[in-house]
Amino acid sequence: MYFLRPLMVFLGLAGLILVIRIILVPADFGIHEQGYLYGWYRKSNEQEWVNLAIKYQGRGYCQDCHGEPYKSILSSPHRGIECENCHGPAGDHPTNPLKLKKNTGRDLCLRCHSYLAYPTSKRSEIKGIDAEKHNPSGACASCHDAHKASKPG
Amino acid sequence: MVLEEIWTTKELFVYPNEYIYWSVQIVMYPFMTGLVAGAFVLSSLYHLWGIKQLREMAKFSLVFSFALLIVAPVPLLFHLMRPERNFYVFLTPHFTSAIASFGIVLFLYGSVVASEIWFVYRKYLVESSRKLKNLINKTLGQKIKYGLLTLLTLGAFDLSEAALRKDEKAIKILAGVGVPIACFLHGYAGFIFGSVKANALWMTPLMPVIFIMSAIVSGVALCMLTYIVIMEYKKFQSKKNQPFSPYFARNEIKGVEIQVVKITSKYLLVFLTFSLSLELLDLVFRGYTAVKSWDILRHVIYGKDFFNIFFLQYTLGSIVPFILLLIPGLTIRRAIMALLLVLFGVFMMRWNVVIGGQSFSLSFAGFMHYHLPLIPQDLATFKEGLSGALVIGGLPFFLFWLLSRIFPVFEGKEPL
Amino acid sequence: MLRRDFLRYLFKGLSLLTLGEGLKKIIWPISVNAALPPNRWLFLVDTYKCLGCGFCVQACKLENEIPVQANVSRTWVERYVVTPEGTLTDSPKEGREGFINNRVELAPGRYQNIPKEKIKKGFFVPKLCNQCEKPPCVQVCPVGATYKTGEGITLIDRKWCIGCGYCIMACPYGMRFFHPQYHVADKCNFCYHRIHKGIKPACVLACPTGARNIGNLRDPEDQVKKIIISQRVGILKGEYGTKPQVYYLGLSEEVR
Repeated sequence: MYFLRPLMVFLGLAGLILVIRIILVPADFGIHEQGYLYGWYRKSNEQEWVNLAIKYQGRGYCQDCHGEPYKSILSSPHRGIECENCHGPAGDHPTNPLKLKKNTGRDLCLRCHSYLAYPTSKRSEIKGIDAEKHNPSGACASCHDAHKASKPG
Repeated sequence: MVLEEIWTTKELFVYPNEYIYWSVQIVMYPFMTGLVAGAFVLSSLYHLWGIKQLREMAKFSLVFSFALLIVAPVPLLFHLMRPERNFYVFLTPHFTSAIASFGIVLFLYGSVVASEIWFVYRKYLVESSRKLKNLINKTLGQKIKYGLLTLLTLGAFDLSEAALRKDEKAIKILAGVGVPIACFLHGYAGFIFGSVKANALWMTPLMPVIFIMSAIVSGVALCMLTYIVIMEYKKFQSKKNQPFSPYFARNEIKGVEIQVVKITSKYLLVFLTFSLSLELLDLVFRGYTAVKSWDILRHVIYGKDFFNIFFLQYTLGSIVPFILLLIPGLTIRRAIMALLLVLFGVFMMRWNVVIGGQSFSLSFAGFMHYHLPLIPQDLATFKEGLSGALVIGGLPFFLFWLLSRIFPVFEGKEPL
Repeated sequence: MLRRDFLRYLFKGLSLLTLGEGLKKIIWPISVNAALPPNRWLFLVDTYKCLGCGFCVQACKLENEIPVQANVSRTWVERYVVTPEGTLTDSPKEGREGFINNRVELAPGRYQNIPKEKIKKGFFVPKLCNQCEKPPCVQVCPVGATYKTGEGITLIDRKWCIGCGYCIMACPYGMRFFHPQYHVADKCNFCYHRIHKGIKPACVLACPTGARNIGNLRDPEDQVKKIIISQRVGILKGEYGTKPQVYYLGLSEEVR
């Protein structure tokens, strides 16, 4: 008679958890396309990720207002480099951010142009310098135009 | 700075996102659940298998197991990056993950232990409740106690012979059901590690079994240790109160104490043998098969962690207590030393698995070093540092003391 | 008598169950020709072309709001310098500032310069989440906070992740980490928000040499698909059975 009383208490607690579950678990949480093993989730999260703001617009976004450097870089060895790689993501420029930066630091150029003699890698095919020997204290932009990718002069 | 950078340093080639994510609290968690499982198995040795000499120990270890169980989830709460979402594991459990079964197992095991405690103490609860009921002018403390005790009786006031015999039967059934659940409670913790194929040190089917064996070792050792401490305290008390408590005659206590300790230590040795054999087996297999990960593991096991594994865990933590307990003429002092070493050894085993498994990079070409935060500088270094570990280490004793004020753990008069 | 009755009931019960299952299949057939998802994403990395410029890592962090100065990233670039004595590997600051000198980082603050004549091979390997077909990270999530979409991308639900770190421990490639601000798990998702609007992931856009490319198995004209089925490609850590969807050209045996 009374022996099952502890069992009743714990079944009651389990029942309580099941009821609370109905209230707290979002309705779209369940087994989706990939089955229980890989597809147990809240479906609306997919849309939440799609809604993330886009920061990098691609060079087509820059073309209309910045035609000069756009055309110049396209006919230079730097044609593979996106505008936003050096100037930062456009986002909603010019609304936000108002201005993008002009990065004239050496480290930006050294990413590719610090010469590394690595056989089998395209890195060794890129013209480069020894950063400690070639104009070690100056900015690369003082002699080179990045949009033309030319030697000084 | 990333949080985990506070206690991780890297050497040679380690993937950029690799840090020691599972730190001291994840060492504490299997340690605590191991104590839970071990204490329960010890109690079942009396209730289920009727080993009479363990009667004193049985009640005590059952309540201790419950106190430990309440503390067991705390290291996890300290570890979670979003502890306020901890109950999600009860809401949407993904049972393909070993951690998800935590909710079920905890609840189930908690129910079994709580029920068993209820049956063991039902007679006491009913008698105390009746005694308190008859008191005319109850103090506030007594009123609360009366209310609590009556609530806990769940209205089952039948104390006839038949009823008490049914109680015994229920205890036996619960002890029987509880042993595999206790094994599962700790086995699943071993499975959490053993099933991670990404981690070369953790991945082995032996992991759940090793964890269970060392869990039982630690639980038995802790119960024996606390038992000895309490018996010594009683001896000390009886020395002061000799004329008033003839039951607690010093020599009687002494005699009972050493007998119980001797018997229990035999069981401890059996499980210690199993535990040590399995761990050595795992090591021998790894060295023999020498798969891709063996190079870096060798550096960790025989180089970086050699002191932690072979000296602290195996020698100090297993072989020395083994010898100490086997030497004939076991004294209480020697037993205490052996038990402390055993507990230390089991803790080091958890440490060497959790931290050791993160000591090498997934690239197999680099190492990571763990620096346990000793002095808390903020909430994070408190939770995942020495202070957090100590809080969790001390909590079961405090809870046990609280519980023993409701459920007396020793034969005779009032609670502790 | 009792045994016969039992067997009779058993037979009846089993027949009913079988009939029920059969009826279910007739009335609600699992439609074999159900529409497949329109996209099935793949990725191709050409390690011959990678310069180690690190623009991809920077672009990824800015696009996906990972604090740039934090030492975690959804993608990174590794450098391998192979000498007769052995291979040295590093990935200083995940490669976000590029590799601007020949000094290989052995540990923070400790470098090793390698003389030019000793370098037999040198190359860069960009890495990102492999969006495995059988992701161990999804298998071990206790609450269903990480999952695979029908299109094969593994995502993380930031509102549901409890921060246990099991998925981070389970990934054999070390792709996952805790986001420094949100304190939940994070990883590359092939710029899910971009590919669903028909534009390329940030890292693919940023790469100046075309070392990184995203492909779609369902697109009959897809260039990446064509390369993968016609050229010699490799995958990372195939022995774990994860079935990664990122393929590599020029994968060498030194690559970790």
